[in-house]
Amino acid sequence: MPLVMPDLKPITPEIVMTCLALFILVADVFIKRKETLALLSIIGMAAAAFTFALPGALNTTFGGMFISDGYSMFFKIVFALNVILTILISVKYLAVERVNFGEYYALLLFSTLGMMIMASAGDLIVLYLGLELMALSTYILAGFIRYDMKSNEAALKYFLLGSFASAFLLYGISLAYGLTGTTNLDRIAMTISEKGLAGKPALTLSMIMIAVAFSFKIAAVPFHMWAPDAYEGAPTSVTAFMSVGPKAAGFAVIGRVFLMAFPMVRAEWVAVFIPIAIMTMAVGNIVALSQTNIKRMLAYSSIAHAGYALLGIIAGTADGLASMMNYMLIYAFMNMGAFAVIIMLRSEGFKGDAISDYEGLSKTHPLAAALMLVFMFSLTGIPPTAGFMGKFYIFMAAINAGYTWLVIIAVIFSAISAYFYLRIVMNMYMKDPKETVTLTTSPSMGLALAITTVAVLAIGVLPAKVIYLARVAFP
Amino acid sequence: MNYYLLIPFLPLAAFLINILFGKSLLKENAHWVAILAVAGSWVISVATLIDVMGGKTLNQDLYTWVSSGGFKASVGFLIDPLTAVMLIVVTTCSTLIHIYSTGYMHGDNGYYRFFSYLSLFTFCMLMLVMANNFMQLYFGWEGVGLCSYFLIGYYFNKKSASDAGKKAFIVNRFGDFGFGIGIFVIFLTFGTIYYEPVFSQAGAFATKTVNFLGYDVHLMTLIALLLFCGSIGKSAQMPLHVWLPDAMEGPTPVSALIHAATMVTAGVFLVARCSPIFSLSETALMVVALTGAITSLFAATIGLVQNDLKRIIAYSTVSQLGYMFLACGVGAYTAGIFHLYTHAFFKALLFLCAGSVMHAMSGELDIQKMGGLKKHMPITYWTMLIASLSIAGVPGLAGFFSKDEILWMAYSGPSPVGKLVWLSGTLVAFLTAFYSFRLIFLTFHGKFRGTHEQEHHLHESPKSMTIPLMLLCVGAVASGWVGIPALIGENLGIHNYIAEFMKPVLGHPEGHGTHGEEMMVMLVSVAVGFAGIGLAYFMYMMRPDLPGKLATQFSGAYKVLFNKYYVDELYSAIIVRPTIWIARNILIGVTDARIIEAIVNGVPSAIGGFSRQLRKVQTGFLHHYALIMAAGVLIVMGLMLMRSW
Repeated sequence: MPLVMPDLKPITPEIVMTCLALFILVADVFIKRKETLALLSIIGMAAAAFTFALPGALNTTFGGMFISDGYSMFFKIVFALNVILTILISVKYLAVERVNFGEYYALLLFSTLGMMIMASAGDLIVLYLGLELMALSTYILAGFIRYDMKSNEAALKYFLLGSFASAFLLYGISLAYGLTGTTNLDRIAMTISEKGLAGKPALTLSMIMIAVAFSFKIAAVPFHMWAPDAYEGAPTSVTAFMSVGPKAAGFAVIGRVFLMAFPMVRAEWVAVFIPIAIMTMAVGNIVALSQTNIKRMLAYSSIAHAGYALLGIIAGTADGLASMMNYMLIYAFMNMGAFAVIIMLRSEGFKGDAISDYEGLSKTHPLAAALMLVFMFSLTGIPPTAGFMGKFYIFMAAINAGYTWLVIIAVIFSAISAYFYLRIVMNMYMKDPKETVTLTTSPSMGLALAITTVAVLAIGVLPAKVIYLARVAFP
Repeated sequence: MNYYLLIPFLPLAAFLINILFGKSLLKENAHWVAILAVAGSWVISVATLIDVMGGKTLNQDLYTWVSSGGFKASVGFLIDPLTAVMLIVVTTCSTLIHIYSTGYMHGDNGYYRFFSYLSLFTFCMLMLVMANNFMQLYFGWEGVGLCSYFLIGYYFNKKSASDAGKKAFIVNRFGDFGFGIGIFVIFLTFGTIYYEPVFSQAGAFATKTVNFLGYDVHLMTLIALLLFCGSIGKSAQMPLHVWLPDAMEGPTPVSALIHAATMVTAGVFLVARCSPIFSLSETALMVVALTGAITSLFAATIGLVQNDLKRIIAYSTVSQLGYMFLACGVGAYTAGIFHLYTHAFFKALLFLCAGSVMHAMSGELDIQKMGGLKKHMPITYWTMLIASLSIAGVPGLAGFFSKDEILWMAYSGPSPVGKLVWLSGTLVAFLTAFYSFRLIFLTFHGKFRGTHEQEHHLHESPKSMTIPLMLLCVGAVASGWVGIPALIGENLGIHNYIAEFMKPVLGHPEGHGTHGEEMMVMLVSVAVGFAGIGLAYFMYMMRPDLPGKLATQFSGAYKVLFNKYYVDELYSAIIVRPTIWIARNILIGVTDARIIEAIVNGVPSAIGGFSRQLRKVQTGFLHHYALIMAAGVLIVMGLMLMRSW
């Protein structure tokens, strides 16, 4: 077999990211000021993002194993935003937590690299590679506060359950390989239709296994058990990072795998995802009601949002996928914004993650309270914020695909969610402050809040542009 | 981007600045921001008018708010002759009234709040008239309604003011409900909410009927009448006129701007803007004409006997709005808009003069307690006299030309009810002249009938108030000169400019009468105008004992008029009180307490309990988690197995 150099243009962003992450790891040894590493990471990430626009960037390479198309590009933009915003809110926070180490940034970048590979995977093996790179980096990040028991616990639980999920994924992949003789998504689909495999129990089993593993990544019920513990225990900046990135990556591969490799058995996987979506919305929203810790509450909120986004996958139409992508982008902004405010409340000797800590915040820190109000409104889905538009497009796509009853369920749970989001608002605006809360602010934090607030409001008022981007990105 | 687009956004910017910084920073200087913004809008509006006169029009979307399937909603602007005229009316009146308000509202606690509402109102009104689609029209429509509510209830500590605000808002709901459905029907019919495609395709639906509530209805009639519902509410026509007189609880500049010159005329604007739809339905036009005629007659008769200075002018406004609808209803949209435009000047002037009188009388409004104010406040007197002459239709003044145009169009036009509404219009012209001069004579002539203290206090208003009066007075005199009818103008080489200007949008029906008939109509309307003034002079200057005698002699009729035909009492009996009864005894007593409370408290506590139970599943033990995951896999597999069976 002659050795042909594959086309490297489509994979340039990943190459840049790899070099960047390795460079940060090495530079950490020489650079004392860790803020410099943060800045370098952001610049590098932005540079990698710029290579998206290079000519020839949109192509399939490595014999179909790596696909760079509008779909993957859109997700990579979400990942880039995710990591940049995470770095911006981390800088001061790491110092407060006394874990200001350089490998933090390298791990964030490696994890993001894994997500990018996942979004572009045209082959189940490449997909697995990306997924593990993302997951392993995130496990370490979750336990980054090494002197803190809770952080250690979060990492260990996440790691063990993640390995469990990986086993399911590998089992599913091996079944698919056994049936079709290939791991390439396109060829799996072809073989299924050629050999008439649709409906075979083994194929259904393979599909279920893969669906379960992805459901774990997006924290869908009942594969969500890791999320509340891991979200609560992990450093808050990492919680923010992993509530957005791995979830979006999970959705990227669900869309890719199920629509590319398993279109023939659509009825089957829709039947798998519908009960998962309903349970996810139900458990996420209902259990969030009785939380007292805001990070834990947002963990359940994050579970619930995965349920809404699944409706886009279930709809299965171009509009459905576009609305799911759109939702991931919007979710990135509003969730990052909310976590940014939570991080601001953390100061030396004050955890600031209990819901009661928000009492009377509007009197002591009106601006922070107003920002939190915007994010809570957006998470609830109240216009004119982005969250409303995100839900609107998802629900409309599902209705147009004929799932009106499912949307009714989603709307009911969405109404329930207003209770726990607005409880924060109520605490901030209608109660008197108990103790004085000192905010930990920094210029980078201000920048992150400005970006997220403007985005949440701008997308809420001008949604047409974003949905258009997502719509043209989908082939 | 076109500079026209600045017209609405300057007042919006002023609103944002005042509402954010007015209380803490600007305080007594809040008016500067507002006046500069609205004056800027005025300058651009004038430039726009000049462009439009040069033949330029614009129909452009600024940005698309939402686009989904066939539905598209944008912020978009349409600039054509109709818009250009409305822009001039709105920005001119708004600017002068802003300036007047600096004097009138001086020292008020909510000074910045007042000016921010005025700016917000101006923004909404401009969005309304500049819209190129029904969605934005509706946005502006509701926006001005909201500002009207804020401003009527501006003195919110006063119960009557906050009640009046609520009344205006609720009464308008009735009309806007129909208006909203009208827009839905337009979308269902045409698949778009943009003016241009709707109006150009309307002809294709001219004979289409639809089933509405079990009846076959002519589609264009249905749409036109639903839209007209909105007009009835906003422009205070029968039977939804009741809110406007009460709206006089607001500060007087508000009455002048919102409840005389601009917002209340939005209904007329709507009919004119949708003239391609209205023109396709003879029934709808007839309804519009008769509603206008009946309202104008009805309100004018009430105006005869009222004693509250501002309410007389308010009834006069209702009556004149009826005149405008009368014009639209006989197909003379241009005449309706022409009257809207002249009316804006003399009616705003009347209100501002009334405000000036109130200022001098320390808030007193009863004209029976005034008299002889002429020598104390000459500027107010002369400007108000000219405004009254204008509204009475004295030849040469603005009101004469627009009123004559309407009456002639009604008389000569093709409308089956044309002659009838002409007759009623002529009668209204007589009544209008009478009550306007009753007001003048009782207020400014004769002896002062108030307390000694009030008399001592009488003074002319400050320059900030009298200068806008004088400027508006120019409008009340001269604004009609752009519409001099051919009968007079052709010998002098003057055209009916406004009719020619509006023709591309609104058309201009040619009258079928002869010159002789036209002369007759004109002379009759002039004659009844003078007769009205004369009768008022006779009754209130020469024989001041006569009104009282008449009132006792015809006490039945007098009481009916004085109590405004008991419409408020009627509504109170058939709508308000039953609603309150149902609300108290059924909704609060049964539905709320037994059903909703039970659900509202029961469901959350059930969910809350469920939540606490479910939370216990999250034990923290890793092996439990793994077990649940494995169980989940088995459940999914089981579901799939069941499915394949």
